[in-house]
Amino acid sequence: MSTASALPALRLRGISKRFGPLLANDDISLELARGEVLALLGENGAGKSTLVSILFGHYVADAGRIEVFGQPLPPGNPAAALAAGIGMVHQHFALADNLSVLDNVMLGSEPLWRPFSRRSAARRKLLDTARRFGLAIDPEARIGKLSVGERQRVEILKALWRGARILILDEPTAVLTPQESEQLFGTLAELIREGLSLIFISHKLDEVLRVSDRVAVLRAGRLVAERPARGTSRAELAELMVGRSVVAPTRTRREPGEIILAIDRVSTAADRHGMLDRASLEVRAGEIVAIAGVAGNGQEALAELACGLTAARHGRVAVSGEVLAARPRAWIARKVARIPEDRHAVGIVGDLPVWENAVSERLHTPAFSRFGWIRRGAARAFANALVARFDIRLSGIDVPTRALSGGNMQKLILGRALAVGGESAPLLIIANQPTWGLDIGAVAEIHRRLLDAAAGGAAVLMISEDLDEIMAIADRVAAIFKGRLSAALPVEQWTPASLGLAMAGDPVAPAEHADAA
Amino acid sequence: MSELYDIVASSAFWIAVLRIATPLIFGTLGVLLCERAGVLNLGIEGIMVAGAFCGWLVVFQGADLWTGVFVAALAGALLGLVHAGLTVWLGLSQHVSGLGLTLLATSLASYAYRVSFPKVSTPPTIEPFAPLDGLSGLPLIGPALGAQTAMTVLALALVPVIAWILQRTPVGLAVRMAGENPSAVEAQGVSVLAVRTGAIMAGSALMGVAGAFLTLSAFNAFFFNMVNGRGWICVALVVFASWRPGKALLGALLFAAFDALQLRLQQSSGLLPVQLPYQLYLMLPYILSIVALVVMARRAAYPQALMKPYRKGER
Repeated sequence: MSTASALPALRLRGISKRFGPLLANDDISLELARGEVLALLGENGAGKSTLVSILFGHYVADAGRIEVFGQPLPPGNPAAALAAGIGMVHQHFALADNLSVLDNVMLGSEPLWRPFSRRSAARRKLLDTARRFGLAIDPEARIGKLSVGERQRVEILKALWRGARILILDEPTAVLTPQESEQLFGTLAELIREGLSLIFISHKLDEVLRVSDRVAVLRAGRLVAERPARGTSRAELAELMVGRSVVAPTRTRREPGEIILAIDRVSTAADRHGMLDRASLEVRAGEIVAIAGVAGNGQEALAELACGLTAARHGRVAVSGEVLAARPRAWIARKVARIPEDRHAVGIVGDLPVWENAVSERLHTPAFSRFGWIRRGAARAFANALVARFDIRLSGIDVPTRALSGGNMQKLILGRALAVGGESAPLLIIANQPTWGLDIGAVAEIHRRLLDAAAGGAAVLMISEDLDEIMAIADRVAAIFKGRLSAALPVEQWTPASLGLAMAGDPVAPAEHADAA
Repeated sequence: MSELYDIVASSAFWIAVLRIATPLIFGTLGVLLCERAGVLNLGIEGIMVAGAFCGWLVVFQGADLWTGVFVAALAGALLGLVHAGLTVWLGLSQHVSGLGLTLLATSLASYAYRVSFPKVSTPPTIEPFAPLDGLSGLPLIGPALGAQTAMTVLALALVPVIAWILQRTPVGLAVRMAGENPSAVEAQGVSVLAVRTGAIMAGSALMGVAGAFLTLSAFNAFFFNMVNGRGWICVALVVFASWRPGKALLGALLFAAFDALQLRLQQSSGLLPVQLPYQLYLMLPYILSIVALVVMARRAAYPQALMKPYRKGER
């Protein structure tokens, strides 16, 4: 066992990292064997990203040490991590959109004070690497022009080009279509054949079971379990991740009612939120219609259109048969509830207390203000009722809302949205990425509330990039691609494969249309 | 109209254009370097004052002219370091830091001048850079260039040099990437803080030289208010130039041409049937600059990380 090849590729010993009161990593020890795929599984905030950030030198650990192929790795130095053969594929790609592929790959690879960049040699090497791993790329293409899948390819190539022997992939499939994910898995297999070792970070259980040899589960900063991928199960991993068993809510088939939201051949102006291109959709009372798509294909334009933030340039949008002006207040008055995509940016005002956020959408209604004065008593009572009813965990309604965890923040937004109708339920709920970034427990809770709302007669339009979520709670599904919507077919008529194709712009097969008609 | 042609065809006009453009070229290249690395530097106005004063002072004390230029660059770089400390290391507002730096540097220069020369009524003078008569033999551009000093030639030569550094060298790539996506720079093992600090210091050194041109070449003394908004013009010219050195040169020449033109239009009587107040002529280059800015800036591709502080580990 004294030969070099017996050494693990990577060895972490007692890594701890504290951010203020939060212990993000608590005495974590891990090993990665050569040629192994280790999945790092855990909910948001479990400490996965912190751990790999320490590994790659973005952070310095408070305690612990790292060995790469037997050599100690100096802490807090990405250049040293790269030199030791660690490559990282960041979840939010570390690429400059306005520069070329080659620029992005080359940066930092040669001494800074050189009068000429050796571009042609670098280009040759990049093309060689690309060929060897079957990752076709145009070195002179601008990153901004590439698809998400291609950008990820550049991230991988960047690491390989620098001679990475250990590759860390942070949530690599989060932004990919099912087909692109398949391609990625093919690439990963190729990397393993070439002798690389991989750390694969994910919270998607099926994926983890499929690609990894071994699974390490993190919970609240601690390594709670290590299992060989063969011989464990989805259920076991889910329980390890959450720390208790989670019962996912199930959908019951209902007869949908009248048409609530009717979007008829609508186009919107192209802006930073994307655009819609002759999109048509109907959402009926009592059903959940999901929009599946890769981010940036017009989802935001649709969400903003469907709650009165933007107007249609062409076509017609009606709520219960009535065309409303594009003024959010008019839509809220018609009991249209909105769960926005980015809760921190547009959902809440983080520095304001919880009770002010709880009433912010209806501040001008007689319930909460009179003669221009806020009825503080009524507003606070409402906020307290919301906290109790939706089980929002906080230390008081006067705390700044940003202090809430993602799940509790989302429950606050959901509660506020569901209360839009006053005593009665909302007529229409626009939920854009309602469970993005939440842990399994909170996801189940949000799903249950949405299903309840639909059962209570609300029409729900849910926009999601998470196919599991769509398959779990939607009644009908339409795919969105470059602003165009496919037919909204019943969920049973979709398979992950057919939905993936539709998300990539393939027209839905005619047979399925016939079924829907 | 023939009078207008006479003005534009005269070598005196082009001599003035180049002279007016020189500090703008230095300053614009300086702002451009800072902004390509992702940092707005509104300290330029004050850094130019400081450069003008420091450069002039050491020459007045007996140093030679190039030492004056070097000291002006050094003063600029030091003030740039202050700006970098506040905006890059501490991540504070780039607007506030820049404007504060302008106020600080302007007041410091005035104060130092008053302390050094408490009792003068006419500003003390130095012997400035001499025109490069040797260049007047060149065809076409000779007459205009021959009346300029070595600093103007340096400014013109810097344009391709800066363009080369930005586009063709590893350090230029690091600067551009720091202005587009600092996380990408960090992920490739290069320190964003070092790259940005370096770019700001180099850019601010150029701003200092821009100021020194005024006291060591264009005039021979230091006056209060001698920078007179030229720094702000440079900030606008960078947007006009879409952050490209070549276009920055074009913009500086364009502005200088408007300025030279208005001076001559004021003096010529026969061009317009009515006598306009001279203030309107003074406004001309600024108005035309705004128009040019509006036309050009609509298509400008901003460095994506401009004015976004970078903190390690944050996304």
